[in-house]
Amino acid sequence: MDINQIQSKLNSLKGWQAKYREIMLLGKQLPALPEPLKTPDAQVKGCESNVWLHLDLDESQQRLVIIADSDTRIVKGLLAIILACYNNALPQDAQSIDAYQLFEEMGLIKHLSPSRGNGVKAIVEQIKRQVEVLQ
Amino acid sequence: MIEQLRKDFPLLQNLVDEQPLCYFDSAATTQKPQVVIDAVNQFYHQENANVHRGAHTLSAQATTKYEAVRDKLAKYLNVQRNEVVWTKGATDSLNLLAYGLTNILGQDDVIVLSPLEHHANIVPWQQAAEKTGAKIALLPISKEGVLDQSAAIELIRDTKPKIISLCHASNALGNIHDVKQLIEASKPYGTITVVDGAQSFMHLRPDLKALDCDFFVFSAHKALGPTGVGGLYGRYDLLNNLPVYQTGGEMIDTVSFAGTTFRNAPEKFEPGTPNICGVIGFGAALDYLTSLNKNELLAYEQSLHQYLLTRLRQIDGIKIWGDNKNNIGVVSFTYKNEHHFDIATLLNSYGIAVRSGHHCTQPLMAHLNITGTVRVSLAFYNNQQDIDSFIAALMETIEMLEE
Repeated sequence: MDINQIQSKLNSLKGWQAKYREIMLLGKQLPALPEPLKTPDAQVKGCESNVWLHLDLDESQQRLVIIADSDTRIVKGLLAIILACYNNALPQDAQSIDAYQLFEEMGLIKHLSPSRGNGVKAIVEQIKRQVEVLQ
Repeated sequence: MIEQLRKDFPLLQNLVDEQPLCYFDSAATTQKPQVVIDAVNQFYHQENANVHRGAHTLSAQATTKYEAVRDKLAKYLNVQRNEVVWTKGATDSLNLLAYGLTNILGQDDVIVLSPLEHHANIVPWQQAAEKTGAKIALLPISKEGVLDQSAAIELIRDTKPKIISLCHASNALGNIHDVKQLIEASKPYGTITVVDGAQSFMHLRPDLKALDCDFFVFSAHKALGPTGVGGLYGRYDLLNNLPVYQTGGEMIDTVSFAGTTFRNAPEKFEPGTPNICGVIGFGAALDYLTSLNKNELLAYEQSLHQYLLTRLRQIDGIKIWGDNKNNIGVVSFTYKNEHHFDIATLLNSYGIAVRSGHHCTQPLMAHLNITGTVRVSLAFYNNQQDIDSFIAALMETIEMLEE
């Protein structure tokens, strides 16, 4: 699903349990990161759960390729949403993507506010930092 | 009786996301009764003035009221009024102590702690040990996180510690420790004994003369009071002999550029304008608490705890950590390999407020070989209905996780 599909799907769901179910389902569909890639270097600091993230550019098209994983189902689902925002974007466009705004629009901010608990803030900042290094 | 008491806590009547709130995070901070909220409100409406200075009526009234709380606290703990120092809370008190006791430590002296300690009762001592070359020894605990009392006494005999600092009750697991016996065991070695009472202060209402510890620390906000205030008890001679920690106004006797002399305890540890409103709010909390029968409340909390344990044990795959017999009313659990964050987040969507994570006890979690737990901590304002709602939400949560 691309980000627009995710967005309309989440918007159509009533109640938090249904939203969480969908978020966890998105997480399940995200491929697991192979163990050797779960290195301390790849770990996102500022999350209560473990989050590992690798970012690079696709060689032919120079677009963002991000792979990531988490040991919690919900954060993994949130990662799937964040990745859908950024993957395949051009690095120069990535800086203007406002993931918070999207979370807000999906009505996810109330429970999943950018806090240490879910690490959304830390994950988005890490992506932006790494994109900056690439440019 | 409890249904009546619940009405004293306005926040418990609120809806969270259109659902009734089940508050199970009292070990982090308790909810506040109306009388505390009113006391804080009234102070800023009608009584606000600085204390210990000024000849005007308001200042005199504020001082009287503020100092009267010191009397209430001393009575609550069964100690003398000049033996209690107002601090920002248990963490602040422990920092004051570890700083003040650093100069009694030397190379290879031993500080005894337990693996169950909150980071606030580890890190300040670690700093003191680093500065002095002292060593930290840990009391032995079981795989489930229960202190081995006889092995603990043995370790005290073997190490003859300079300082022993232990939690009266564990914040992560709720275990109540027989600190009295450990204090007794350390007497022959002249050990300074420190009790972290953050979790026991409200539930157990400890009598410090009976406990016979040298120092005791606590936070007001874990006992119905406001945040940002707490205390340190010290046996007077020991307390008064500690070096000053923070300096400034109010704690001095005379100041000149040739030198400064300090007042005696407790004033020497209370520089600057104190948290006057916090102390006064806490006074109302102490009045409220002591108006309730200690044994009745404790028996009620214990029966709730047993009910919660019974209901949880009926769920396959739940693992409950810690000492379930001697406990202040905390249940710390894991479910199979599911992450505590997922469980707590899903519970929250049903209006169930629990804590998840390592509970500022990373060494304990490492010992238990887990990354964290879901912690359900009870207070007397919880009822059976809360627990039934929690269990129902937990069953649905598990179902969702295993879909």
